[in-house]
Amino acid sequence: MDESGRFVARHVASLPKSGIRDFFAIVSKMKDAVSLGIGEPDFVTPFHIREAAMNALEKGRTSYTDNRGTSQLREEISRYVAKNYGPEYNPETEILATIGVSEALDIMLRATLNPGDKVLYHEPCYVSYAPSVTLCHAEAIPVRTTSADQFALDPAALRAAWQPGCKVLVINFPTNPTGGTADRAKLQEIAKFAIEKDLLVASDEIYSELTFEGDHVSIASLPGMRERTVFLHGFSKAFAMTGFRIGYACGPAAVIDGMLKVHQYGIMCASIISQEAAVEALRNGRDSMLHMRDKYRERRDFIVRRFNELGLPCHLPRGAFYAFPQVSVTGLDAMTFAQKLLEQQKVAMVPGTAFGAAGAGFCRASFSTSYERIHEASERIARFLDTIRRG
Amino acid sequence: MNSVLKLLLEGEALDTQQLGKILGLGADAVERELAELRRQGVLLGMRPVLNPSFEAERRVRAVIEIKIRPEGIGGFDGIAERISSFEQVESCYLMSGGYDLLVVVTADNLYKVAGFVHERLARIEGVQGTSTHFFLRAYKKDGFVVTADGVRRDQPSVSP
Repeated sequence: MDESGRFVARHVASLPKSGIRDFFAIVSKMKDAVSLGIGEPDFVTPFHIREAAMNALEKGRTSYTDNRGTSQLREEISRYVAKNYGPEYNPETEILATIGVSEALDIMLRATLNPGDKVLYHEPCYVSYAPSVTLCHAEAIPVRTTSADQFALDPAALRAAWQPGCKVLVINFPTNPTGGTADRAKLQEIAKFAIEKDLLVASDEIYSELTFEGDHVSIASLPGMRERTVFLHGFSKAFAMTGFRIGYACGPAAVIDGMLKVHQYGIMCASIISQEAAVEALRNGRDSMLHMRDKYRERRDFIVRRFNELGLPCHLPRGAFYAFPQVSVTGLDAMTFAQKLLEQQKVAMVPGTAFGAAGAGFCRASFSTSYERIHEASERIARFLDTIRRG
Repeated sequence: MNSVLKLLLEGEALDTQQLGKILGLGADAVERELAELRRQGVLLGMRPVLNPSFEAERRVRAVIEIKIRPEGIGGFDGIAERISSFEQVESCYLMSGGYDLLVVVTADNLYKVAGFVHERLARIEGVQGTSTHFFLRAYKKDGFVVTADGVRRDQPSVSP
C-alpha cells in the first residue's frame, strides 16, 4: 500500500474489509474448488426478461430516465407491491427505482440519519448493513438472533438492545445468511415496538419471493407501519437479475423525497435497459420465478438433510437460498473450519462471522448451485469431518 | 412426474448413486424406478450429449427430406419403419408440409451418406424423391449452447 492512505477519511479507514473478499481471493485461484459461497442465483436471467433488455437496446432506448425511474416501471412496481405485499404506493411520490437494494438502503440511511444517530439491525445479516450506517457517521447496534429461534428476530432481544438515540430499525426477512423468517405474530410485536419507540423501519425484502414455508408477510402491511416503513426490494434474487443492478424503495413521500435528493445527485437514475427488463419481470416473470423457487426448495431439502446426516446440525431455512449449519460441534470455530475445509477438500463455505459476531460457530452454504456440486461438496465435507474425528 | 425422471430431465450428469442420495432413496430404489420407466416405454435410453465439433471430426451428419407415396402394404408407417431400421438412421419423423419424412443420418464420410441415399433409400418402393442437407456447424445441441464458452465466467466464486 502507498502513502495515499493519509487522505482516506477516518470513518472509512475504520471499516473492516468484508471477510468474504479474503475468501474470494483464495477460492478464485483454486482450480477444482466447489463453491457453496455464491450469494446469487445460479440461474441465468429468464430469456423473456433478457429479451426485453435486448429490445430496449434495439429500439435505441439508451437515455437517462426520470430520476425516480420510468413512470412505466413505477406503475408496475406499485401494482406488484400492492398485489403481493398489501400496501399501496403512489408511483409519483412514493416509489424510487434504484441500483439494487444496496443503493436503496444506502440512500435511505443517508437521507434519514444525522451524525450520532443509532440504528438497530439483527445479526447475522448481510454484510453491508453496519458499514452503511458507519458511513453515515451513525452507530449500528446489532441484535443477536439465534438458531434456537431459527434466526427470527426475538422482539424481547430487540427491546433489550434499544437505547436512547435509536432512530432506524433495519430488518431483512428471509435473512441472508440464515434463511430466518418472521411470521405475522413476531412482526406485529416488532411493529408495536417500532411505533412505541418512533422508529423508522427499513425492510429489506429481497428474498421475499423465495419463501418456502408459510406466506411472506411484509411489516409495511401491518396497521400503523406504512407511514414509518421503507419497503426495499429488487429483482436480483427472485428473477435472477443480479447483474442488472436494479431495485426499488417504496415509502412515505417525505422520506422518499429525501432519498430522491441523495439519489439524483449521486446516481442520476438506474440504467434504462435494466428498468425495461424489470418491467418485463414484473409483468410476466411469475412462472419463471416459481420454477426457480421450486428448484431452490428441492436443493434446500437435500443440503439440509445431508448436513444433519453428517452431524452438522442445520435448521431448515424457511426462505432465501442459504443453509446455515453449526460447525462448532466439530470443536473448530467458523473461520478455522472454513479455512481447513477449503485447504483440505477445496470446498468453499463462508464463515458465519463474516455476517457479524452472532454468526460465530456457523458457516453459510449457498444451495444456489447444481445438485451435482452440492452432492460433490457434501461428499468432500464428509471426508473432511472424518479426518477431524480421527485426528 | 416421477421424481427420478424429473431430475434426469434437468440435464445434470448424475449417476444412480447421486440420484439416490439427492432423492433420499437408495441406489436400488433408483434402479427400480429407472427399470420401471424403461418398462413403461417412457425412458428409451440415456446417452451423453457430445460436442458436435468433436463428433464432426469423426462422422458426418445429414438430414434428408423424403417424399413418399403411401401405397401398398403398411402405408406411411410401413415405409417409415423400413427406413428407421437402417443403422445409419439416427431419427426419423413423419412431417407436415412439403415432404413426408425427415430423416437424420450419420456416417463416416460424405460418400457413405451419398451411398445410403442412392443405393438404399432410392430403392425403397414408395420413395419418390429425396433432398439431402449436410450439417456444417452446430450452435446449440439438445439444449446445450455450443459456441459460448460459459455464460457466467465473470461470476465471483464467493459473494455476499
